[in-house]
Amino acid sequence: MKKVVYLALLVLIVAHQDFWWWHTHEPLVFGFIPIGLAWHAGISISAGLLGLLAVRFCWPHELDADEAAPAARGGEGAAT
Amino acid sequence: MPASSSVLGAFVPIAMNAGQISFIVLLVYMAMLIALGVVAGRVFRGTAADYFAASRGIGSFVLLMSLFGTTMTAFAIIGSSGEAFKSGIGVYGLMVSWSGIFHSVCFFLVGVKLWSYGKRYGYLTQIQFFRDRFESDKLGLILFPALVGLVVPYVLMGIIGGSRAIEKITAGAFPAVFEATKGGLPYWLGGLIMCAVVLTYIFYGGVRGAAWANALQTILFIGLGIVTFFVIAEQLGGMKAATRAVVENNPSYLKVAASDEDLALYANKMADFEADRSTFQPRKPDHISPLVFFTYILIPFSVAMFPHLFQHWLTAKSARAFRLSIVAHPLLMMLTWLPCVLIGVWATSAVGADGKLIVPIGADQNAVLPIMVNKIAPTVMGGLLTAGVLAAIMSSLDSQFICLGSIFTNDIVAHYIRHDNLTDRRKVLIGRGFIVAVVVLSYALSQWLAKTSVFALGVWCFSGFASLAPLIFGALYWRRMTRAGAYACIIASAVVGLAFFIQAYRTGTLVSDHEFLVAGMMPVVFITAASLLALILVSLATQPPSKATIEKFFGTTK
Repeated sequence: MKKVVYLALLVLIVAHQDFWWWHTHEPLVFGFIPIGLAWHAGISISAGLLGLLAVRFCWPHELDADEAAPAARGGEGAAT
Repeated sequence: MPASSSVLGAFVPIAMNAGQISFIVLLVYMAMLIALGVVAGRVFRGTAADYFAASRGIGSFVLLMSLFGTTMTAFAIIGSSGEAFKSGIGVYGLMVSWSGIFHSVCFFLVGVKLWSYGKRYGYLTQIQFFRDRFESDKLGLILFPALVGLVVPYVLMGIIGGSRAIEKITAGAFPAVFEATKGGLPYWLGGLIMCAVVLTYIFYGGVRGAAWANALQTILFIGLGIVTFFVIAEQLGGMKAATRAVVENNPSYLKVAASDEDLALYANKMADFEADRSTFQPRKPDHISPLVFFTYILIPFSVAMFPHLFQHWLTAKSARAFRLSIVAHPLLMMLTWLPCVLIGVWATSAVGADGKLIVPIGADQNAVLPIMVNKIAPTVMGGLLTAGVLAAIMSSLDSQFICLGSIFTNDIVAHYIRHDNLTDRRKVLIGRGFIVAVVVLSYALSQWLAKTSVFALGVWCFSGFASLAPLIFGALYWRRMTRAGAYACIIASAVVGLAFFIQAYRTGTLVSDHEFLVAGMMPVVFITAASLLALILVSLATQPPSKATIEKFFGTTK
């Protein structure tokens, strides 16, 4: 599934360069949103869905253990 | 539109003009923020970890609101509608859809990891993390000026944008007192009020005060933006009618690039206007090149290095608290920008009852939304818009001021001068002192640089941070990255960035809204390429980090 998430990210990047809509405003989605703008609103929604897939299938579960651990006192900086 | 003539005016007991109502709304909003800061101050535990990181106790929803509010600026409402008015719908693709994707990527790949290191090793600032990761006590001395140098323009963007917005939206409030600004609160006073209120609630409440205020502000500016959109749409005869007007008169603004038909239509309509055959003046088609459209991809990576965002990441209660932000951030961006972009596009062709353009051709593009609201929306909308715009601005300003105070306190005074021997009480005292100094200095700079283009400032600021993104990604994911590679990355970014910045200054693009391009691309491409190349080449040519550091940040070595 991780590979699917990475692939979906690549697809979104390619879809962003929507040169096929650049010189047209039709169709008008819902009668008032030009297709180029509606397409990118769709990319925003897809980015949210991609985030959902990422947290579901690519989550770094090892970092959840830090929640229970006590927080270290304010950072004292470099080892050297 | 006077209050007495509108339905919403029934809620206003005394006849007041739009500017006066806006001023009242401003006062109420500022009072709410100060109250939040006072309450946050009451639950303050007195420790540096509580003041600078809210004791790492912020949950999912407030974290989402904080992160979103912090990343949205004056540009999200005022700038978006202004850019759409100037260039059309392409601004959404440039800024929003790229950011929707890669802000979430940065939260996922950078934010969660940095939170966990902050929890494990007690970091309160980015510089503390980088010093540890690269085993370099002196790294802070080079990173500190770079980060501060980039945050300050970001701060100025907020103060300048907000001061201008307040002046426009309160126009008519005090005509006898402020004649030069047609009754609106003058630039210097609007900025002063904003800075004073932000200073108050962060002084008392620290980053928790900022987080709570951000939650309120984010709800406000999203909600008010949507309400403003529906009100304006109704005043223009409905959404379909508003778009149809653009189709008939300025169709290129509904596209990323003008077609040949659009150019011909513009020529014909302009000829009619100049020959007095028509009172409608069309707008000259603008365009965005495919290369510029693509190279904006790098701008969202700037969030990976925002020190003020890093500060909010540290406040999370758990790694899981980031999940809501990763999923919802792109959706909130859409809810904020889509209405504003449509309003900006509609403004290109919207005419009033007199048949004239509501927003004249030569109008300041940053005033498009205030003009639309003042001229056609019910009176109270002006005040609500004021609150929404200021919410977007102040939700970034508060975090930036706190992070600058934190960096000065924790990374310079506490580490280099007092060698980490400061008590929590002293740290908080010094932090508050620096925050006051930073606010005062920023306000003074905003007066000196009042004419600077907000958009130009923003793009340079984001470009600088984006060019440092290799530093954080390398630190988190490349165990072979070395101290020398980190230095090289920062220096390359600074040298190349400054070189282009000076060139842009000489060509006058800093005081205009024309983009400065290099070989047809955003300069961030070249600055980032230089920093990445320097990072890789110097890291490979220098001694790798110690085994202890590798194990600390990457687990047991094989």
